[in-house]
Amino acid sequence: MATLLRSRGLDLSEPMIFGIGSGLFFFYMPLIKMGGMPLTAYRDAPRTIIKHISKRLGIRFESHRYKSPAQGKVALDAFLAKGMSVGIQVNVFWLPYFPPEMRFQYNGHNMVAYGRQGNDYLISDPVTDHPVTCDNDSLQRARFAKGAFAPKGLIYYPVQVPTNPDIKPAVIDAINYTAKRMLDIPMPFFGVRGIRWLAKLMERWPRRHGEKKAAAMVGNVVRMQEEIGTGGAGFRFMYAAFLQEAGELLNNDKLKQASSMLSDAGDRWREFALQGAMLCQGRNSGADAYLGLAEIMRDCADREEKVYQLMREAVS
Amino acid sequence: MKKSDVPQKENSMLHGHRRACYAVDDDGRYTMVPSKGWDVEDIVNGQAVDAMEHHIESVRQQALAGEVSPLAYHMARCHMDVGLLAANAGFWRWQVKRHLTPAGFSKLDDDKLARYAQALGRDVDRLKTIPEPEPAK
Repeated sequence: MATLLRSRGLDLSEPMIFGIGSGLFFFYMPLIKMGGMPLTAYRDAPRTIIKHISKRLGIRFESHRYKSPAQGKVALDAFLAKGMSVGIQVNVFWLPYFPPEMRFQYNGHNMVAYGRQGNDYLISDPVTDHPVTCDNDSLQRARFAKGAFAPKGLIYYPVQVPTNPDIKPAVIDAINYTAKRMLDIPMPFFGVRGIRWLAKLMERWPRRHGEKKAAAMVGNVVRMQEEIGTGGAGFRFMYAAFLQEAGELLNNDKLKQASSMLSDAGDRWREFALQGAMLCQGRNSGADAYLGLAEIMRDCADREEKVYQLMREAVS
Repeated sequence: MKKSDVPQKENSMLHGHRRACYAVDDDGRYTMVPSKGWDVEDIVNGQAVDAMEHHIESVRQQALAGEVSPLAYHMARCHMDVGLLAANAGFWRWQVKRHLTPAGFSKLDDDKLARYAQALGRDVDRLKTIPEPEPAK
């Protein structure tokens, strides 16, 4: 995302973009399954994040989805031939440059395509710290995989980028929105409620699903947190970095304080991941271990709740 | 998280890739720190990979025993279930279920086999065989 905007002359940090897009979120949807596991997410859908960024910074994005892989390829090739970099959504299972252990049927991955050399596409992918290539066949498969959050060949790119947007109101708006989403949605799946709800359910997992399945489910939550969650602790550190930057931009000490509180919450999430991993290894088991995990998670929820309240106070 | 606490595990599953981590330096300022990997990630990922390998191997054994069709093995190897394979190959779930039985599979015509082959990234001939255990691609 930052790469895309930088190519159009708007230089913002990754955390800043994540923050203005109100990327931070939490939801737990046991009825939506991915790879047989209930869906746990620590951020909003990339599409929604992009929508918020464009609205708040006055960037105009265009996005296209395609009915058939053939159409999708023609369109992508045309953009690249014009020398444009475009964002694309893919399924990670089919990406040849991914480490094999990290390849799963997961549709929500986003990356930037910036060129083509014969049969190979040039890719800038946030999971690697250097550019990579992907052959045509694999890329088509990845772009047109089906299932939950199917990419349908999604291509997106900024068409109009203001060079000097007023980011202060954008930041304030975004902070208010994130606080609202984390605190006020009156359903158990979302935000701080979602974290507490997952904690409560997790206590029952070993009894409901058996120790083996329960451990796999804990492992899955930890993977969603640390593997999908860029920057560590399910995006909490990245958002803390944003709050710090926002605090300096607005000269607001409360935001800086919220940043360091969220850092502490992030450390607790890392602790949760560590304990969860020990449980997966069998170094820690039994109902007590799950109670312990749930306890850490509730602590995270309490800490985050205070962060969002302070954020709201800081910008109101 | 402090900059010095960013895990730098050697020989992690990242295979020399680095992952971006946000951490604070001595002055309390956030910076991006590349991480080589973390035990926790290797453990939970290893668990998921083991579970998947175990599943694939058990389906392979079933296929060898003639309880399920080779298609079931190739489906498992692509980490798919009936719903996902149905969506990717353009069949109904009940059709896929039927094709997962040896009897149903043997009645498949070339056109349908080709659709499965496309969805699973396999050519048709390989789709009909049950290979030795193979590493994920």
